[in-house]
Amino acid sequence: MPAETAHRRAPGSRRTVAATPAPGGQRRSRLEFALGRHPAGLLLAAPYALFVAAVFVYPIGLGVWMSFHDSFFTAPGVSVPQPFVGLDNYKAVLANPAIRASFVHVAEFLVINVPLTLVFSLLLATALNSVVHWRGFMRVSYYVPYVTASVATITVWMFMFNSSGIVNQILGPLAPDPAWLVNRFWAMPSIALYVTWKQLGFFILLFLAALQNVPKELHEAAAMDGASRWQGYRAVTLPAVRPATTLVVLLAIITGANLFTEPYLLTGGGGPNGASTTPVFLLYQQGIQQGKPAIASAIGVLLVIGVLIITYASRKLTERE
Amino acid sequence: MSDLQSTPRWRRIVSMTLLTLGALVFLFPFYYMVVGALQTKRNPSLSGAIPWPSNLTLNNFLDINHAINLGRSLLNSGIFTGVVVICTIFFGVLAGYALATLHFRGRGLLFAVVLLLQAVPFQLLMVPLYVMLVRNFRMGDTYVGMILPFAINSVAVLIFRQFFLQVPQEMFDAARIDGAGEFRILRSIAVPLVRPAILTAALVTFIGPWNEFLWPFLITKKQSMQPLAVAVANYTQTGAGFHANPMGSILAGSTVLAIPAVVLFIIFQRQFAETHSSTGVKG
Repeated sequence: MPAETAHRRAPGSRRTVAATPAPGGQRRSRLEFALGRHPAGLLLAAPYALFVAAVFVYPIGLGVWMSFHDSFFTAPGVSVPQPFVGLDNYKAVLANPAIRASFVHVAEFLVINVPLTLVFSLLLATALNSVVHWRGFMRVSYYVPYVTASVATITVWMFMFNSSGIVNQILGPLAPDPAWLVNRFWAMPSIALYVTWKQLGFFILLFLAALQNVPKELHEAAAMDGASRWQGYRAVTLPAVRPATTLVVLLAIITGANLFTEPYLLTGGGGPNGASTTPVFLLYQQGIQQGKPAIASAIGVLLVIGVLIITYASRKLTERE
Repeated sequence: MSDLQSTPRWRRIVSMTLLTLGALVFLFPFYYMVVGALQTKRNPSLSGAIPWPSNLTLNNFLDINHAINLGRSLLNSGIFTGVVVICTIFFGVLAGYALATLHFRGRGLLFAVVLLLQAVPFQLLMVPLYVMLVRNFRMGDTYVGMILPFAINSVAVLIFRQFFLQVPQEMFDAARIDGAGEFRILRSIAVPLVRPAILTAALVTFIGPWNEFLWPFLITKKQSMQPLAVAVANYTQTGAGFHANPMGSILAGSTVLAIPAVVLFIIFQRQFAETHSSTGVKG
């Protein structure tokens, strides 16, 4: 990118002809300085740039603004003063034990989901990379849950994990009582297990792509130097998939921070007794059901800050030699 | 296929066994969904996992159709998904081409913002978007309000950009020297070249709106406007209790919701799997 910028700033080195016919050299170079070498690019990218500004950038700004003001829903067109309240909304959020608990639940989810996801996606991707037959079928089997609607797969899980469901029938006397999704202890681990199953295929594809890019010569060189299989794996494969590992951890954390459909449907609204609530579920409850957008926005901002801190820490961890 | 020759036979057998067992665990819920959707009487016991001919019926599909109007919900899902896929392909090709091959003011900034947005969860935008679209613009229960936040899939834009970067730039430069404008180049050179990427981008885009629950759930109150995912979820939460085999009708709705995505991704599995080797971004 820097080379291209330098190129743009130096009209003398231009090889190509600007797309729009320019009346005079002087004017063209000034126009070019203002709009770039290909002004048509502005026009082509404009719809998407406007979309990004309207649907992402502006709402993020509005959300942060609301979290510092006494915001509430008004009838359309009615303008009511929404005074600046500083950190009051944040104080209210942090003082609320139910909201604090929801952050703990997400932490619990991540502690179970991220290691499970990492270990099984790398293991299955390695296995997929070494088989010749049935590869396509295997790949499809693993990513089918990922492409299917959560609403559809959650209903089957409810069917399988309720008190008389097939999972408890298999476990017999070992089955937890009350059953998984209505058990205070098992509700969050059940959600973590479901999400691992749902997302694993996507992460397997990421690791598979990384594994296929490992040069074969590296493995041969390691074998020639007398490295054992495991030594070769540690010395060649693991460093080669490290960027993919970082990406998988990052995306798993973002997914975990976003849990909504699972506590809403699988455990019937963050149940039992609020044992599986998540920040996004409370964001919905507070912001939309109870009409407190300011509190909801503060939850959202705290959630983003939390995600940034955890992803930064995890990057330090996964990129360490 | 990195090391076929050097992989010992026993290791391949271990891999194959592991993969087969895993695949069975992964596919079982889907099999169970279909079996459950076809049961006359709910049978959660172990023997219920086998489709006994005496316990099979299609009544669950009639039940769910009666409760949520499958046709109408499928139409809503189709409009939601169809418009998003069309907008994404049209505007995504334009933006991807511009980001990959044209030098214009703000390109670096736009690209940086797009990458950054990959890390922003949609749920955070939920309340501000709800305030904007439902409260300020009164777009509740409209297709426009449902579609707008999803209209252009950023992952698809990144796929198109990546694809155009792989095309030799000389092709575009040559056309420019011959006096072709950017729109002409796009129509006659770029779009024909990008055709394989369009299918991949369409697949990646499809699963977003088709499977989306949260946003259409927030923005639709009328059942006649709800996409299938929302209608099935609401039926699960509230309406199912009054039916002969509630779980059966819920699973029948889930089956109808799952089939289009599953079938599409089985047919086009190669195109989907290859996305990740070229872009390495979330789909």
